[in-house]
Amino acid sequence: METIDKPDFKQLVLSQLEGEPPTDTLRQRAAEIFSGLTVPTTKHEEWKYTNLKNVLARPYTFAAATEVVPDRVAHFMEQYEEGTANVLVFVNGFFVSEHSHIASAESAVAICSLQEAWAKFPETVEKHFGQYAGFTDHLFTAMNTALASEGTFVWIKPGQVVEQPIIIHYIADAHAGNTIAQVRNLFVAGAGSQATIIEHYNSTTSEFAPLTNMVTEIFVAPNARLDHYKIQNEEANASHIGMTKAHQERDSYYANTTISLTGQVVRNNLHIDIAGSNCEAFMNGLMAITGNTLVDNHTAVDHQMPHSQSNQLYKGLLDGKSSGVFNGKIFVRPDAQKTNAYQSSKNILLSESANMDAKPQLEIWADDVKCSHGHATGALDEEPLFYLRARGITLDNARALLMFAFAADVLARVQYEPVRRYTERIIAQRLKMDVYDD
Amino acid sequence: MLTINNLEAAIGEKQILKGINLQINPGEVHALMGPNGSGKSTLASVLAGREDYEVLGGQVEFNGKNLLDLAPEARAGEGLFLAFQYPVEIPGVSNTNFLKAAVNSVRKYRGQEPMDAVNFLKLIKEKMKLVEIDQSFLSRSLNEGFSGGEKKRNEIFQMAMLDPKLAILDETDSGLDIDALRIVAGGVNTLRRADNAVLIITHYQRLLDYIVPDFVHVLYQGRIVKSGGKELALELEEKGYDWIKDEVDALA
Repeated sequence: METIDKPDFKQLVLSQLEGEPPTDTLRQRAAEIFSGLTVPTTKHEEWKYTNLKNVLARPYTFAAATEVVPDRVAHFMEQYEEGTANVLVFVNGFFVSEHSHIASAESAVAICSLQEAWAKFPETVEKHFGQYAGFTDHLFTAMNTALASEGTFVWIKPGQVVEQPIIIHYIADAHAGNTIAQVRNLFVAGAGSQATIIEHYNSTTSEFAPLTNMVTEIFVAPNARLDHYKIQNEEANASHIGMTKAHQERDSYYANTTISLTGQVVRNNLHIDIAGSNCEAFMNGLMAITGNTLVDNHTAVDHQMPHSQSNQLYKGLLDGKSSGVFNGKIFVRPDAQKTNAYQSSKNILLSESANMDAKPQLEIWADDVKCSHGHATGALDEEPLFYLRARGITLDNARALLMFAFAADVLARVQYEPVRRYTERIIAQRLKMDVYDD
Repeated sequence: MLTINNLEAAIGEKQILKGINLQINPGEVHALMGPNGSGKSTLASVLAGREDYEVLGGQVEFNGKNLLDLAPEARAGEGLFLAFQYPVEIPGVSNTNFLKAAVNSVRKYRGQEPMDAVNFLKLIKEKMKLVEIDQSFLSRSLNEGFSGGEKKRNEIFQMAMLDPKLAILDETDSGLDIDALRIVAGGVNTLRRADNAVLIITHYQRLLDYIVPDFVHVLYQGRIVKSGGKELALELEEKGYDWIKDEVDALA
């Protein structure tokens, strides 16, 4: 029987809403929707494999802007080649300007905290904010919309190619208690623009367990190209619920790569609306997890217009008692003729206690389309393992080599090299791999 | 170097090797021939340590060690090399990284320091020439999309890199055109020394025109039923295996 954790979490959020009643109509509507929704249990089709009960049962407080202890957070900013990049840092959802630096000219790209953006670029924010991430049946998105005040705003101006990557560190500082951090991002890629944005999620270690509830909305204007990465390496007691919603206009390219390396419960929703013709959408995912980590990737691509293609490649390496979920939806509407939509989810279970659930959902209403999906979960193949061992490579190293090989096609799609190297380094460390060459 | 004494092995319920006896000394080349299903590849697999096979009885001594007690990687460390009948394709692992891992693993097993990048490249360049393979080969994924001949040449290339004491060539010649066969045989001949040995498992006498064996053995129904010099291979080529089968059946 499902017991009564539901009212607790909801009550917590409702109390917070009472304390800070939303002032604008969008937030008011989000608060109303939230109060009408129930906290999902595994009986909810979208949460069938991901049980939030333990995560939501904690006595959370809503994060406040706290003093930032540089020693706790500084090392997170040394993960990429960040000296010449645009770097923004948020701790528990609050912008930390002293650790942030903007390299690109504002004439090419506006990069600032969302609060600052409301003041500086009200028209652009107003035009896009809350327009893409629907919340009528998404409790956590409704909650974020009603309550989140901070996050990153990126506005790439039309025709601009932004060379320096935009790296955003979200650090959940668990020393502040069982906190809920809410992050809200808005990325607007103007017509013909091009940029790379990295969202990187980390947490500090303490006895407390933080929860991050993030929403990123992305508008990709005609002929724009956006490479977007979401890297998660929060600690094993930190949880993460996220909604990334991209809206693509004609001739645009949007690539999302989501890499999940640890965490307690991690839910990534990635939804792309292809609202113009001749678009390309890439959704790449890699999970390399162990312990009791659960990572749930829910994707949805909605082909509304013709001559576009979407390509989903999700891979999982699951060790220990970890669990993975892949739920991929492809919608092809009647107008979306000549759509190519591919989806692949492949997973390796490295221990007998690891588990993977995969569920493709294709709904196709157009008749002249190419769609395919494939899902496979298994152990490491014995034949390659024996081949490597017969050449003198130890069992552990042979396994490590094969796991890297397995992840290679996803990693090959990572265009921004520091992200690829970072990921490879973390995986190599975890595999205690001594044959890996940086 | 290698002493096989009354080796019996099974896969699942089926016994395939029914008492193999074979002695290989340094400097020797042995050829093991026999009809399909006689157990040739099973013997190669058991010697290399493939876990699908169960050893039911007998001993195998390799350089004074009990080979059957060793993990596959330790057998390679001791200097055993199996050129696979069907080399495995491993997408995502480049030939270079694989070779580096293999060479340094074997060195580590032998208590040697890992080879530095300069010497490793030098070694690669030198050994590549032996089997006439191209530089582009190195950055490709291990065996992925290789032709049959390329795969077999890659096996001999690996053998050259690892410099084994005993190389077992499991049907390395099968399916090769004459040019590839010459390259493979040339590679093996160049690597022959007084202190190493080769066991060639083959269906065909043709390879033995290029790598001349000191001994030829015929495996039939899980036993070595006939041994002789290189002329035995020619006789088998000419007359097939029926006369041997008849001899064995007459004794039974």
